[in-house]
Amino acid sequence: MRRRFTREQKTTIIYGILCIVLILVVLQLWLLAATMNAYLGGDQSVIWPAALASLGCFALNAGLLRYLFAIERAQA
Amino acid sequence: MTAQPDREQITIAPDGRPNSEQPRWRRDFPIDWPQDNYVARRDFTRFLVLTSFAFMVGQFWIVFQNFFRARRGESPIQRIARVDEVPIGSVLTFSYPREHDQCVLVRLGEQSFVAFSRECTHLSCSVVPQPDNRRLYCPCHEGVFDIASGSPIAGPPRRPLARITLDFRQGAIYATGVELRVL
Repeated sequence: MRRRFTREQKTTIIYGILCIVLILVVLQLWLLAATMNAYLGGDQSVIWPAALASLGCFALNAGLLRYLFAIERAQA
Repeated sequence: MTAQPDREQITIAPDGRPNSEQPRWRRDFPIDWPQDNYVARRDFTRFLVLTSFAFMVGQFWIVFQNFFRARRGESPIQRIARVDEVPIGSVLTFSYPREHDQCVLVRLGEQSFVAFSRECTHLSCSVVPQPDNRRLYCPCHEGVFDIASGSPIAGPPRRPLARITLDFRQGAIYATGVELRVL
């Protein structure tokens, strides 16, 4: 059985998740800008590692969002 | 048996049922502030994850673009001009590797030639050679490149102009490739 959180606890959780997601999205934006600059400059070495790092960031973000909705489902 | 209302529920809906039994629109637009704060942050998080997805798609779009660029292969070898057709300190414009890719050939000295793409690395405007000032000038956003190296020296561009590699055969100058550069 999933634990039920109070609204204050849920708000604290969502603030934490929001901070992590925000940092990861900014990181992805930086990755995209840096990779585009490298690609336009003919440097191919960073393209795949950056794409995989961005995929990892997105997977983490999606996992956190899934956790958020799991909490809501448990409350229902 | 009726469901008990949520003890944290501040606003009671007109039908008296708990929040979890309310229609979607009512749960998404709560009246009480704490719940509204929660829903606003949850939806902002959802939007950020969508943005994260878009960035990831953009990153893989670069991977695909790079794949197709690699498949394009080598640039052709193209004759530009005879060496004596370009006086010292003068410039000559030409198209390479395709018809609409404008380039500029500069003769800096007796045996010193350089060639660059005229596509500004900021927003792809066509740069104007100004050999008297030893620079290539982009009129769109006041970008300036050094005529000898193609490096940006003023304005918004951060990357140098693409260099056209040259070869000399029997008194003629040939373009042999395009060299993209980061620094």
